[in-house]
Amino acid sequence: MSMLLRSWQAVAAVILTVLALIRLPMFGDGATTPPGNATLAIVVILALIGAFSALLVSKRQAVAAILFVTAHAGAWLLFSALLGNEGQARAPFFLLIAALWLLAWACVTQLSALRPESREAATLVRLLIPAIFGAWVLILWEAATRGFGIPFILLPPPSAIGARIANSLPVLAADVRQTIFKAVLFGYVVGSGAGFVVAILADRVDFLRRGLLPIGNFVSALPIIGIAPIMVIWFGFDWQSKAAVVIIMTFFPMLVNTVAGLTAAGHMERDLMRTYASNYWQTLFKLRLPAAMPFIFNALKINSTLALIGAIVAEFFGTPIVGMGFRISTEIGRLNLDMVWAEIAVAALAGSVFYGAVALAERATTFWHPSIRGG
Amino acid sequence: MLKSRIFPVLAVVAAIVAIWYVAAVFMNAPVQRDMDKRAGVTSTTWQLVEKTMSQAKPTLPAPHQIAVNFFENTFQRKLTSNRSLVYNGWVTLSSTLAGFAFGTVLGIAIAVGIVHVKSLERSLMPWIIASQTVPILAIAPMVIVVLGAINITGLVPKALISTYLSFFPVTVGMVKGLRSPEAMHLDLMQTYNASLGQTFWKLRVPASVPYLFTSMKVAIAASLVGAIVGELPTGAVAGIGAKLLAGSYYSQTVDMWAALVMGSVLAALLVFSVDIVSRVVNRMMGGRPA
Repeated sequence: MSMLLRSWQAVAAVILTVLALIRLPMFGDGATTPPGNATLAIVVILALIGAFSALLVSKRQAVAAILFVTAHAGAWLLFSALLGNEGQARAPFFLLIAALWLLAWACVTQLSALRPESREAATLVRLLIPAIFGAWVLILWEAATRGFGIPFILLPPPSAIGARIANSLPVLAADVRQTIFKAVLFGYVVGSGAGFVVAILADRVDFLRRGLLPIGNFVSALPIIGIAPIMVIWFGFDWQSKAAVVIIMTFFPMLVNTVAGLTAAGHMERDLMRTYASNYWQTLFKLRLPAAMPFIFNALKINSTLALIGAIVAEFFGTPIVGMGFRISTEIGRLNLDMVWAEIAVAALAGSVFYGAVALAERATTFWHPSIRGG
Repeated sequence: MLKSRIFPVLAVVAAIVAIWYVAAVFMNAPVQRDMDKRAGVTSTTWQLVEKTMSQAKPTLPAPHQIAVNFFENTFQRKLTSNRSLVYNGWVTLSSTLAGFAFGTVLGIAIAVGIVHVKSLERSLMPWIIASQTVPILAIAPMVIVVLGAINITGLVPKALISTYLSFFPVTVGMVKGLRSPEAMHLDLMQTYNASLGQTFWKLRVPASVPYLFTSMKVAIAASLVGAIVGELPTGAVAGIGAKLLAGSYYSQTVDMWAALVMGSVLAALLVFSVDIVSRVVNRMMGGRPA
């Protein structure tokens, strides 16, 4: 009994596999290339090996490795069996996918309980766990769309989206160039820079700080994105109007955060600077700006997402015939959903890279801060 | 105290309005000169300035034009008229609130799961943080069109986008909040032999309430943005976003600015009401004003 309690996912996986075997065949009558019995047998055997190893083997690393291999090899075999039989899958197919998914879950459970000794192994495990999760989101998505035969215009399978990305790299590259390298980067730099300069000004003039800060906080909660159509009227269809939206959207977070950051330096340190007879600018550059860095980077991170959103949504209101927002809105009109998803995947990737670059710069400049030192 | 706080804000607002008027004159003047030339009228500088503030489709409407338009469309129209800002605001507000409610419930549920299931934390949390870096709004038109293709239209698709935007802040805030009890307090619960459920309801939930309200303020603002952007691809039926889109088709700049003002009023009302609720709850739970 205690053996069964070791992993409920494995027990459930065995039950699902048995159920699948009872309800055979795997594909309906309309299947053009039904897979041989050998494929099915291998999948079942893989699932059972995985499940029983989770129940019987006591070494965590070994269990995790076996589960990892069986779950993903099984899924791969099932997909090769599905090829040519789209929309014909019956209950056993989904039961087997569910069983393999439970095995992957058991694998993640084992991995999260691991306490690796070396740092590299710990990093690997830390990356592997979310990677498995992400992979299974894609696997279940693929299984659902192709297994049930969901119409392409509702939800294309990930494999089709991947193929579309590979096939239309030049178009995607042109869109990225238009939206990100022209509108986003320009707007981001100018907007954040302007916010920073005004924050320094507000810091110098106390009256301005007390007047601007509540307004800045208020504006941060407003749907500024609504300014996009007006900017398109003012600055035309090309990237300048998008950059203007990005400037306005990134200005206020930078202003508010920098002003807050400039008060972050402690009284002791400020008093010390006074005893050194340092003037305003020396105190600013040598003490208060470095102390404000975590806040400034916080704003830069928020802005990296806001800038992309601003530029893409602004393109919904009118663009030249290139750009990520333009592509998304026109391809939806033509029901080319795979192209839309491809563009979204690229936007997600660009957003993550952008954010990652800011985070790396933060690590390089604020290495002394407790949140980075881990102290 | 009150004076030193309010006076600078009023001064800055006054400065902004003044700059706005000057900008309106300069931005509208070229069009006005052009119109004058075509009409064969020569106007003095002062007449020109006056005319720039009363154009029908100005490049930058003067603040009083926006105020008048806002007042007319808010208070002087029948509530059922589709030009009424109250009606359009209500359309946006209803999907904002529906999405916000779903998003908050979903966010709390996910946070509870993450705090209690270790494998969920290690596998899901990185994705939730990574998803913050993704321009989610880009997905909005697709959600609308795809759901429209299977005959789901109206409030639900917009509310879905709002849900999607608002559940991230709530999840992240609630995970932080449910984890905020110190080790000492958790140990105390253990010495009381408290069950998992008791620790959750009597320690973790009360400790997480301030975090919940802080993230709800962010979430409701995000939810409103989601609802407005969600209205863009529906072909300008109703709502603040639809007003903006219709305005941009017909260059009705005054209408657009009035819609923007309505959006801002909604945002302020929403954030303000969350703030009020948070204060009331805080007081009921015996918290002292900070």
